[in-house]
Amino acid sequence: MDANQYIALAAFLFGIGLVGVVVKRNMLVVFMCIELMLNAANLTFLAFARRAGNMNGHAIAFFVIAVAAAEAAVGLAIVIAVFRTRGTLNVDEVASLRN
Amino acid sequence: MIDRAEVWVFWVFAVPLIMASAGVVVARNPVNSAMSLVAAFFFLAGIYVLLTAHLLAFLQVLVYAGAIMVLFLFVIMLLTTGDQDFERTRLKVMQVAGAFGAAGVVAVVVLAVNRLGPMPMSAVPSNFGTVKAVGRLLYTQYLLPFEATSLLLLVAIVGAVVVAKQRI
Repeated sequence: MDANQYIALAAFLFGIGLVGVVVKRNMLVVFMCIELMLNAANLTFLAFARRAGNMNGHAIAFFVIAVAAAEAAVGLAIVIAVFRTRGTLNVDEVASLRN
Repeated sequence: MIDRAEVWVFWVFAVPLIMASAGVVVARNPVNSAMSLVAAFFFLAGIYVLLTAHLLAFLQVLVYAGAIMVLFLFVIMLLTTGDQDFERTRLKVMQVAGAFGAAGVVAVVVLAVNRLGPMPMSAVPSNFGTVKAVGRLLYTQYLLPFEATSLLLLVAIVGAVVVAKQRI
């Protein structure tokens, strides 16, 4: 089986995550869609690692998972802090940095 | 024969994977989104096994579907009050444009991959992607990034506590 299908699947996954980040207004769901995009990147790494017969992609995917864990911890802490000060999870209502 | 079986298993995992990840975006209640995401991570772990990335498949289930999603569900539980309504909000023009842009990105990537022609998989040794082989790689060639990751996680823990706690 060729690597093309895996790459196309990763592209679809990334696209779904991107649509979610753009369309969804709930901060938590936006975070979940970012996780989806990180997983699509991981799938690409693993597909090319399998194609090249080289395990370096596995190491990179491992680091991506570790960074995603750290990102989730800090990001969710920021979500809690924002909810505490603003009382909302809607990303449109948290726009004070824009001015 | 084995190749046809691989194609079958690929579709068995790929179609529910796409459906579950679409469910993350479509669901109105964040809890439903989170459960869809857990399902998507499980199907993705199946795809990883198909790519003979056994260690990464384990980590996908343990770290993502286990730890990270439990964290998400805890935060949803903390922040979602019962009287919230999940009504359909009107999409703005920018959001619709962004969705079309994302669809365009997918189309471009898929067309480019098709233009490349078939990329056949190479033959891999029997220990490809096992805990032993990837672990050896992590502790030799990637030792410095591996140790830096431990520091990153420590900083993330401290940072999360500092940001989320009201009084320290």
